[in-house]
Amino acid sequence: MYETTYHKPGTLQEAVSLFSEVEEAAYLSGGHTLIPTMKGRLAAPAHLIDVRRIPELSGITVGPDRILIGAATTHATVAASEKIRALIPSLCGLAGSIGDVQVRHVGTIGGSVANNDPAADYPSAVLALDATLHTDRRSIPASEYFAGLYTTALEPGEILVRIEFKVPEIAGYAKFRNPASRYALAAAFVARHRGGNIHVAITGAGNAGVFRWTEAEEALQARFEPDAVKGLLPDENDLMGDMHAPADYRAHLVGVVTRRAVENLGGTLIE
Amino acid sequence: MSKVAITVNGTLHTREVEDRTLLVQFLRDHLGLTGTHVGCDTTQCGACTVIVDGKAVKSCTILAASIEGASVSTVEGLADGDKLHDVQAAFHEHHGLQCGFCTPGMIMASVNMIERHDGVLDEATVRHELEGNLCRCTGYHNIIKAVLSAAEKHRTAHPVAAE
Repeated sequence: MYETTYHKPGTLQEAVSLFSEVEEAAYLSGGHTLIPTMKGRLAAPAHLIDVRRIPELSGITVGPDRILIGAATTHATVAASEKIRALIPSLCGLAGSIGDVQVRHVGTIGGSVANNDPAADYPSAVLALDATLHTDRRSIPASEYFAGLYTTALEPGEILVRIEFKVPEIAGYAKFRNPASRYALAAAFVARHRGGNIHVAITGAGNAGVFRWTEAEEALQARFEPDAVKGLLPDENDLMGDMHAPADYRAHLVGVVTRRAVENLGGTLIE
Repeated sequence: MSKVAITVNGTLHTREVEDRTLLVQFLRDHLGLTGTHVGCDTTQCGACTVIVDGKAVKSCTILAASIEGASVSTVEGLADGDKLHDVQAAFHEHHGLQCGFCTPGMIMASVNMIERHDGVLDEATVRHELEGNLCRCTGYHNIIKAVLSAAEKHRTAHPVAAE
């Protein structure tokens, strides 16, 4: 790792000002992507601005139809939250399926959503649960937030502060893991919203990152049962293909995990 | 450079370190506590696992400066003189190691797991919770036996209050 200067601002304003004042700054949250990247010398920010001490980025607030999660909340905290479990159990299941215990103790929801790794779990929940991304300067609807691999609507220096999830009637998550590294080769978050709208968000598979699978949504809208998506496959030209899973295999997996997500509605255990 | 004060195994240590210093480097290079190992150095193998403020973490992926003021437990802090900690004794008893390289991380992850679950563990949970610790010798079976045995001992010694 190249040399860097570490900062720990106590307020949002201080963090944003610092970012604009220094050259080559990066925000640091759990750091479980950024620090390995720095160790591999693939990133070399001259300044690291740790956002974990900023009060607005902490805490979980629950309303009857909304859950607000501070961006610096760890995966372990989300997984264990009784408040979240009572309203969106699948979100706890998703958080508890990320990485391993040690990673979940440090990695944060905001870090994951800001980084937008195409194999990350959280982006699927953000999209399927029609979330709103609150930053230091504005609120961004999920539908306008994801902008391709590792790319989001966040501007340089903009900090993700809170994520506001809509509480659905019911939701389910399922993923198919890479057998060695355990990340999602394909994963589906399925939500039926109050009023009946169904959202299906797929992560791990799209060649432009997380996406809504509208054909599956229409099929499930007609009949909300696992079999409704039988035989349905996304266009493999829109999917990633690599040594771990070529695009046609990923297309098949997307069908499988979508069906399993509908079988796993309300489930907190993710295989 | 930052002045970093961290309590390790009950003793407060203050050192002037480069900001890029990882917690595992702070422990090994600055404090001479070489029980915590660096295996993969990529947040996967868990050999560097220590407990920070009650949570098992991978010390190769945490900046020392970011945990200023925290309390850290490492494998060196477990035994009481010649008397092994129950988890260490269980690994010995059940032959939960061969080459021993992953063992400090395995032990710290297990100590933390047993504490977080008040010793109430089954085999599936132990296997799931050790996902972040790789062992290339044992095939894990004896490690699982050791953790379950130490968990039972913990449960007997610290019964959870009846509801």
